[in-house]
Amino acid sequence: MPIVLIVAEQQPDGNLRKATLNALTAGKQLADKAGAELHTVLLSKDPSKVTEELKGLGAKVVHTAAAPEFEHYLAETYAPAIAELAKSIGANYVGMASTAQGKDLLPRVAARLQAAMATDVMAFNGSGADVTFSRPMWAGNVFAEVKLTTPVKVFTLRATEFAAAQAGQGAAEVKAFSPKVETGKTKFVDFKEVKSARPELTEARVVVSGGRGTKGDFKEIEALADELGAAVGASRAVCDAGWVPNDLQVGQTGKVVAPQLYIAAGISGAIQHLAGMKSSKTIVAINKDPEAPIFQVADYGLVDDLFKVLPALREAIHKAKG
Amino acid sequence: MKILVTAKRVEDPESKIKVKPDGSGIVQEGLKYKINPFDEIGVEEGLRLVAKHGGEVVVVSIGGKEVQEQLRHALAMGANRAVWVNHTGALDQIGVAGLLQKVAEKEKPDLVILGKQAIDDDQNQVGQYLAEFLGWGQATFASKVESLESEQEKNKVPALAVGADGKSVRVVREVDNGLATLECALPAVVTTDLRLNLPRYASLPGIMKAKSKPIEELTPAKLGVDVTPKVQVLKMASPPPRKAGIKVPDVATLVDKLRNEAKVV
Repeated sequence: MPIVLIVAEQQPDGNLRKATLNALTAGKQLADKAGAELHTVLLSKDPSKVTEELKGLGAKVVHTAAAPEFEHYLAETYAPAIAELAKSIGANYVGMASTAQGKDLLPRVAARLQAAMATDVMAFNGSGADVTFSRPMWAGNVFAEVKLTTPVKVFTLRATEFAAAQAGQGAAEVKAFSPKVETGKTKFVDFKEVKSARPELTEARVVVSGGRGTKGDFKEIEALADELGAAVGASRAVCDAGWVPNDLQVGQTGKVVAPQLYIAAGISGAIQHLAGMKSSKTIVAINKDPEAPIFQVADYGLVDDLFKVLPALREAIHKAKG
Repeated sequence: MKILVTAKRVEDPESKIKVKPDGSGIVQEGLKYKINPFDEIGVEEGLRLVAKHGGEVVVVSIGGKEVQEQLRHALAMGANRAVWVNHTGALDQIGVAGLLQKVAEKEKPDLVILGKQAIDDDQNQVGQYLAEFLGWGQATFASKVESLESEQEKNKVPALAVGADGKSVRVVREVDNGLATLECALPAVVTTDLRLNLPRYASLPGIMKAKSKPIEELTPAKLGVDVTPKVQVLKMASPPPRKAGIKVPDVATLVDKLRNEAKVV
């Protein structure tokens, strides 16, 4: 039986990266279409912390490898181990969420396996050996249907297009394996985490984003986000100017979000930005310029000064919630 | 040090991209072309490193005759010479990385710098494939550059800096929830993120000089690479359009709509 292998990602705090749950749902969809079995793999210094959780998420087999060298993620250490496993179990598909790690790692795995790859897959079409992939090109202005012709097919998944896998889907068989650990030519030096009390941008139900119109003053954006329990996002211009950290950037070259509600304040709506938020369920635009392209995708637009609108909106929502 | 940089020809990022009615590709008429913005950042980074450490910047592009425009642009920015891999057919990331591998083996650079992704196919793969094909280290999504050389700059966080012994490169990478720092032994592959630098404009003397700088012509056959695509784009389509929205006159109406119509607050 063909095998779909989904690579799980562990956060620095030891927990499973949430996008892994979305990737497992995608893996299940692909396995159903391709008539394949779903497996998952985790490399870690200590996989035990998330093995139990991984067992109930729909995979038939959970492969784990423990080694001190897996403590800090490095493409050169992880890629050979995953490629070795993929070969030994005869995986036909290797996939992972399109996180920074997924994008860094999977092309290297694909190169090892002489496999073709598709990035940011949004859906699978067809069945059996002829499954094709839908993926965005030109900042989401084109959806392409792509066929990979190599025996092993590698892909990353756009997490926002797939629901998170639910716990309690039976108990997978756990198989520990011991890959030959290659240390490569790169050393991990350090990781500086940007900590926030707010929800993670790509996982939030509501996102409040600010653009150039904020002139760098994010106080009202943050206050509204806190009222809504929302994550804060930003346009590229705002990150480039150094007004907010880069990891808040939403867009073609930043993060792709698809929350229930996306509020864009002082964002004109350049193609680049729209690529990262166009799939949001409801979009609200607040902008002084009635011609701003953001109004073309907004469900509700308000042409006014964001410094007037945001505090009033926060108060009105607070009142409405009682 | 010798630095190899890439210069892919792509549609101007400001262009409106339209899919042909038969889904076979995008409408080419009226489009302007540029060097991929991430590659331009790579060219700039190469020039800055060579300004500090000496050496040369070699720029490579793959495509038909028209990619010479992008090579001349990089040469006008200050690159020393160019390699043009003349190929007009379809290409995928494996093909591109295979060709770049051969060019790198021929040129023996200390560092290859590529954009993290091309803004047309948005794949974000070539640098990683290339690093694996060469057996080199990789540092993708490199942000902001500073030098290790002056005392003042030593105190800043080094972002992409060559070690004092010239045998390694230290790179700060933009990852999902922060910044990760790596040290890669040279030779290595680096891919650029947006905030690595602000590329310079080509000066008029630069543009004049670029005309006499050499462009070496190679082909996939000469390099011995089979570039038959293994990623086939079967069909293109426009994304489903969003239903037209409405403008609301005030905050009260907005909150009412969000509560009672969209039911999101």
